[in-house]
Amino acid sequence: MTNNVHSLPAVEFKSITFSVPVLSMASNDLVLIEQLLIEKIKLAPEFFRHSPVVIDLGEVNKKQLTLNFNDLASIIHKCGLLTIGIRGGNDIQQSQAIALDIPVNTARASDVRADARKTHLISAPKSDAIAENNSTTMTITKPVRSGQRIYSYGDLIILAQVGAGAEILAEGNIHVYGTLRGRALAGVQGNTDARIFCSNLQAELISIAGNYKISDDIHGVISNTPVQIYLQKNTLVVSSIV
Amino acid sequence: MARIIVVTSGKGGVGKTTTSAAISMGLAKRGHKTVVIDFDVGLRNLDLIMGCERRVVYDIINVINGEATLNQALIKDKNCNLLSILPASQTRNKDALTQDGVEKILAELSKDFKYIVCDSPAGIETGAHLAMYFADDAFVVTNPEVSSVRDSDRMLGILSSKSRRAERGEEPIKEYLLLSRYSAERVKAGEMLSLEDVQDILSLHLLGVIPESKSVLTASNAGMPVILDEKSEAGQAYADIVARYLGETKPHRFIDDKSGFFRKLFGGK
Repeated sequence: MTNNVHSLPAVEFKSITFSVPVLSMASNDLVLIEQLLIEKIKLAPEFFRHSPVVIDLGEVNKKQLTLNFNDLASIIHKCGLLTIGIRGGNDIQQSQAIALDIPVNTARASDVRADARKTHLISAPKSDAIAENNSTTMTITKPVRSGQRIYSYGDLIILAQVGAGAEILAEGNIHVYGTLRGRALAGVQGNTDARIFCSNLQAELISIAGNYKISDDIHGVISNTPVQIYLQKNTLVVSSIV
Repeated sequence: MARIIVVTSGKGGVGKTTTSAAISMGLAKRGHKTVVIDFDVGLRNLDLIMGCERRVVYDIINVINGEATLNQALIKDKNCNLLSILPASQTRNKDALTQDGVEKILAELSKDFKYIVCDSPAGIETGAHLAMYFADDAFVVTNPEVSSVRDSDRMLGILSSKSRRAERGEEPIKEYLLLSRYSAERVKAGEMLSLEDVQDILSLHLLGVIPESKSVLTASNAGMPVILDEKSEAGQAYADIVARYLGETKPHRFIDDKSGFFRKLFGGK
């Protein structure tokens, strides 16, 4: 408490979410990878120049293909991309990355969660997906006030109201067991299967995987009754739950 | 240890200073040593409402800057010797307030006083932030209209996330709703949000409804906290609020429209 509230400290850690391209590969053929990369970059050389990139080795390792990370890193460097992290690497690849000052598991989504999402997509036993999601479900018991922002990496359950001007975001589903007056954005990382459930919909904005509706489009349709919101052929559908 | 109460709202003109003056006087009248602090640096008003504007020598900024001691800056109320006022500075702005300075002042006042009432400025910037940062209880003053309710909701979010109690992970600030300038008649006519409408949005513990009353303006102009006007409805409402805050059970009043026979007969204020 030595700082004035209005003067900024000299050093400060902040948590900021960036959108970074992730390069994943299904082959360990370095020659082929280099060739395909060069072709891709030719399409938009300005976009890729010095672009940061996270390398996802999950697929390669799942197929149990061996891949030397040092070799891969030098190819990516040659292509003009800057590797800022890897994920899904095995122990050897991770230590190779660390030796090159490249962070491991940079992206938040762990292998487990990525797998869970895939099993969900190919409609494997649903219980697995639900169990996985539960581990990151966030539950809020107090009202979400105007100006507050809540982000859940999985599902988000709110047992109170969400005030106008508040914003709730989840990578999974959103449940609001009170009046929803603020903004609710489900599936913010692109999960089009995400849904929003709420007991009284008076939202300013609702969105699933980037498809949104504002209050003018919602109101008059349904009010004062429990509803669910889901995506059907890229269109938001608001329907009552009876 | 003193109990620190912040009177806040987000929006301006809803009755924060009127409320600060009334409840601090109410607490003092009930025998609790109380100090009320004006955090509205640059737009000093509390001294006017308390009727002590001619006795201001030093202010909170002088104390923070070490130009005066706390005892030099504190003004004893002329109606009640258990009540003191720490005025704001009129010639400075909010940036003159520092967190360290406010913390030291509150720590020193805590030794002598039972209740410290912080009259917050409008807005959510430095002044309002420092007024609420160290609080134990928050009186959220709201008018029955949409923009005031929205701003109160925003302020409640700040209370629950940016206060010292929130930052330290302690028990959160106790939040109370004071619905001021309420007119049951206009609610009935559909011109004003009702208590239920407001509670539907804020869902807070209601400490009291203060009816719209001419006596508030009269009292302010006279430099007398309205709670001293025991005949006025607003004064009674504040007395009820103080009693409820101190743990007494009192039925809520001034919520329903009573513009009937008796009111006409006796002339409501």
